[in-house]
Amino acid sequence: MNMFLNFLIAAVFAGTPLLFGTLGEIMSEKAGHLNLGVEGMMAMGACAGFMAGLLTDSFIVALIAAFAAGMLGALIYAVLTVTFMADQNVTGLTLAIFGTGLSNFIGEYMLVNSTSSSLKLPEKITATISNINIPGLSSIPVVGQLFFQYNPFVYLGILVAILCGIYLNHTKMGLNLRAIGENPAAADAAGIKVTKIKYINILLGGGICGIGGAYSSMIICGGVWMSNSVNGLGWIAVALVIFASWSPTKAIFGSFIFGAFNILKYYFPKTWITIPSAFYDMLPFIITALVLVITSIRKSKENSQPASCGVNYFREER
Amino acid sequence: MSKSNETKYAIELKGITKTFGSVVANNNINLTIKYGEILALLGENGSGKTTLMNMLSGIYYPDNGTISVAGEEVAISSPTEAIDFGIGMIHQHFKLVEVLNAMDNIVLGTKEKYLKPKELKDKIQNISSKFGLEVEPEKKIYNMSVSEKQTVEILKVLYRGAQILILDEPTAVLTPQEIEKLFAILRKMKEQGSAIIIITHKLNEVMAISDRVSILRKGELIDTVATKETNEKQLTELMVGRPVSLKIERPEIEKKHTVLNVVDLSVMNDDGTYALRNVNFKLKSGEILGVAGIAGSGQKELCESIAGLMKVKEGAVLCNKENIIGKTPDEIINLGISMSFVPEDRLGMGLVGSMGMVENMMLKSYKNNKGFFIDKKPSRKLSEELKKKLEIVTPNVETPVRMMSGGNVQKVLLGREIESNPNVLITAYPVRGLDINSSYVIYDLLNEQKKKGVAILFIGEDLDVLLELSDRIMVLCHGEVKGIVDAKSTSKEEIGLMMTGKSMEGVDQDE
Amino acid sequence: MSEKMKRTKEPLIRTVKIAERSKRETMKLRVIAFAMALLAGGLFILLIGFSPIELYGTIISGAFRSKMAIQATVKFMIPLLISSLGVTLAFKMRFWNIGAEGQIIMGAICSSYFALFHSDWPHALLLAAMFAAGFVGGGLWGLLPAYFKSKFETNETLFTLMLNYIALHIISFLRDGPWKDPGSSGFPKIARFEANAQIDKVLGVQFGWIIAILLVIVVYVYLKYTKHGYEISVVGESQSTAKYAGMNVKKIILRTMILSGGIAGITGMIQSAGSDMTLASSVAGGVGFTAIIVAWLANLNPVSILWVSFLFSVLEKGSSVMQSTYGISTYSAAVLQGIILFFILGCEFFIRYRFIVRGKGGVRQ
Repeated sequence: MNMFLNFLIAAVFAGTPLLFGTLGEIMSEKAGHLNLGVEGMMAMGACAGFMAGLLTDSFIVALIAAFAAGMLGALIYAVLTVTFMADQNVTGLTLAIFGTGLSNFIGEYMLVNSTSSSLKLPEKITATISNINIPGLSSIPVVGQLFFQYNPFVYLGILVAILCGIYLNHTKMGLNLRAIGENPAAADAAGIKVTKIKYINILLGGGICGIGGAYSSMIICGGVWMSNSVNGLGWIAVALVIFASWSPTKAIFGSFIFGAFNILKYYFPKTWITIPSAFYDMLPFIITALVLVITSIRKSKENSQPASCGVNYFREER
Repeated sequence: MSKSNETKYAIELKGITKTFGSVVANNNINLTIKYGEILALLGENGSGKTTLMNMLSGIYYPDNGTISVAGEEVAISSPTEAIDFGIGMIHQHFKLVEVLNAMDNIVLGTKEKYLKPKELKDKIQNISSKFGLEVEPEKKIYNMSVSEKQTVEILKVLYRGAQILILDEPTAVLTPQEIEKLFAILRKMKEQGSAIIIITHKLNEVMAISDRVSILRKGELIDTVATKETNEKQLTELMVGRPVSLKIERPEIEKKHTVLNVVDLSVMNDDGTYALRNVNFKLKSGEILGVAGIAGSGQKELCESIAGLMKVKEGAVLCNKENIIGKTPDEIINLGISMSFVPEDRLGMGLVGSMGMVENMMLKSYKNNKGFFIDKKPSRKLSEELKKKLEIVTPNVETPVRMMSGGNVQKVLLGREIESNPNVLITAYPVRGLDINSSYVIYDLLNEQKKKGVAILFIGEDLDVLLELSDRIMVLCHGEVKGIVDAKSTSKEEIGLMMTGKSMEGVDQDE
Repeated sequence: MSEKMKRTKEPLIRTVKIAERSKRETMKLRVIAFAMALLAGGLFILLIGFSPIELYGTIISGAFRSKMAIQATVKFMIPLLISSLGVTLAFKMRFWNIGAEGQIIMGAICSSYFALFHSDWPHALLLAAMFAAGFVGGGLWGLLPAYFKSKFETNETLFTLMLNYIALHIISFLRDGPWKDPGSSGFPKIARFEANAQIDKVLGVQFGWIIAILLVIVVYVYLKYTKHGYEISVVGESQSTAKYAGMNVKKIILRTMILSGGIAGITGMIQSAGSDMTLASSVAGGVGFTAIIVAWLANLNPVSILWVSFLFSVLEKGSSVMQSTYGISTYSAAVLQGIILFFILGCEFFIRYRFIVRGKGGVRQ
């Protein structure tokens, strides 16, 4: 029982960066822009968040830096695809490669120029981002452990997911955004400022991805800088969007389920057969591939990708 | 509406010019419209009507010239601003979000607060009853018929309080009965003081609804005349630029035999409903069988199942006693069934846009060459021949076809099909978007094939053309054949009724 | 009504479509974009406190300063060139094969089987078997997403991506378990290939470069002059047109992806048996991703791919010299490559559109 509880808690930990990445990508896809650069934006956020934390010892500054870095990546993407109407696939891929490269580059640059052999977050910030016990609630047996003993990122992630859900489905701005993703020409003719809203949401999405990156560099790597800390999470996030059928609230559960696959190897009961650890490592990717196949087999008109996703919009197109 | 509006023009255009790349779509256009007036904008396809109106709705921005609304010079740089100026446009291809319901589409983009569904519904009901419109506010757009969608579009414009209404070819997709209903609504709006511009190329509609007519030809404004003082003949001359007879030839062929026999053909949609249901008909050599029906009544499925592109649930298609259902498109092509299918996107199916004429000519014949490599020589020769014979305008035969004009693209497509000496020719919407001249070239080409004994299935949308060109007309409604009638003895109204579901049994004098 | 009305100004910047530019003008645009990318890259270098001219100089001289350097540059170029040709086949068909990385790895794994366990075979036969195994391994890894794409429309971009990671972990599985070198102490690794299983050198570089150049010609001819190549172009443009013309679209997708993956698989064989001399988990090392950039920059033209991949190899080799001289990370190559592609992607816009600034009038003369 205790083992299982620990497993669930660990799944939430491992799933949180995926949650941010997935939410960010949902925002972008709802605006009609398939951004394959999540991996790159997360990497940029990972680097900026970590370095800002390292230099200022402030969690808030680190968060803002990660958000800004993710937004910067998204800005490159938005300028190219919205204004210059470049191919979304290629631009996103390039952003993924560029962002990862830039993040690793800056990481190594900081390492070479530092006096110590590794970059380690200072103590005040590691204290802030360690698990908080919510007074009163966290001491409730089981429930307290399961719900009220996480680091601030986890709560932030769930909050962002709920806010995104409300924004998309219950506000006028959300309605406008959905219309753009489905049919930008119709939205434009109805008087919605298509370009502006596309920019806002792509950038917002990038910022959210950036925070997910900060999670991987600051929490998963235990406060020590490591290259490639995002390590494919961004790609899984893109796939998770499909799994969550473009719904922010479903993304919460999707992320945690995938988080569980990520850490299964540490919790799977040691039975008479030993499963090689490489198998566990590839498990999330195998599951993602399976999910892709299964969702493609059952298609539905609603709960599917926004119709204009992947196609750039030009008002004077004839 | 205040008094001041009566003296001012609702809209005044001066010297409007718009170019796309090297194409001059509008050149120095001057135009006016008053409140309480219906102006028809008449012109052939490609004459620049839609472009001109898109500048009023903020979709395009003019290169030159000025626009005044209610007497004030304005710059309309986006649809939002057009709406602010009280201009609403109903586009030919509806600008609706399919997965949203009617209500959401109507309020979309408006600046007012988020209304509760109930209040919103009341508000929409109010407007609807004022003009005699009928709409189900909570119905999703993708479940709607074409005319329902149009109603939503009109409501969208009215909801925003537009006083100036532009309709782009609003009747193209409606049945004769639905057109009457639409016109009644427009007249009501006119009485209430709206200025209405209706884009069309149909003369009878111009005569029926408009107060004045402005005629565009090749991007130039030719003339504006009062409807009462003109007639269809004069309008045609103004529109085409020379006196023409709009009569389509219908040669009579004697010896006919059945080439294609379609028996109990049924095709399913993805969602389990019937796309085609028990379709029966015979297609004979030397005849043009016209197919009429509201868009999406099974035309696409009919074409594609004969061409072997679609999975058929039941039934048979016999070509000279041989059932072709279950055969691959390849094998069907070899039987001489040639389909020149033009979906909405002209380059979507028959041609490859980025390739030149030469490579497009090879599309169906490239396999005939033995070996691993392609041989472009025969198709280059064919391209040069066709270019000369059909007067195809293109810099050279290697220029990508997407850079050619609609009429020329159509000639390339039909030319290729005809060159393969088919015994069945299936053609869908072959004159969509073409000007009158090009359309008549296409009709002539089809008639020429008919005289050679080819059996032609002609999917059309303009009932006038169908009535004149076809020998018989088959009417589809919801995937079912509502009847096959003799084109010489039927009427537009009769076909209109069948299109909306009224059956005409026993009219087919097949055997 | 009229109070509500406001006069608005012409938009500050608006976009209009122009007649498509000629090939020559397009070329000119790309050269300008490339120059601007170098400028932007220079700014980046300046920002980290170095002189752009000096560093760019180092890149060039680093790649060509000696015979050894040139050989090393070519060594970088071989896998990049071959895998770019591989992804080009898929991209021409608008099949977003992002999985070259995984296909390279699977090719390397399959060919390594022969290198490790049949090293006693005659040299020529062994290399031929490894070559074939590389092709088959990569081809099958490419076939998998193609099958699901053609059958269920499964998103190939993400599917091929997932296969990359799966392939990567297959190597680590083999390394830690069945193929572990018993002679290795400490970190597990796979044994070094015996000389018999290594690719011979021609002009001081493994003969993979000859295969690469041959493949440029083969792919060029295949795409331009064969029925298969014609079919790929048609399917890429419109699947419904292809079906209508009687093409078997599924078969074409499967066939093309076997070839695309197979060519990437050959990369894996050549890299492991020609450069690494063992099966390392870094056998692909990001080449599969860079190949996508190369293919795109070269406009999917095999001959241009030759030049672009050469340019990128100079960048890679140069950046490794930069690391040894200035201590700047080799990741700078990825950053510069990204910047170059960003600029080229942006410049494509000006081939079909242009901006009009307020008041600068409209009609193009």
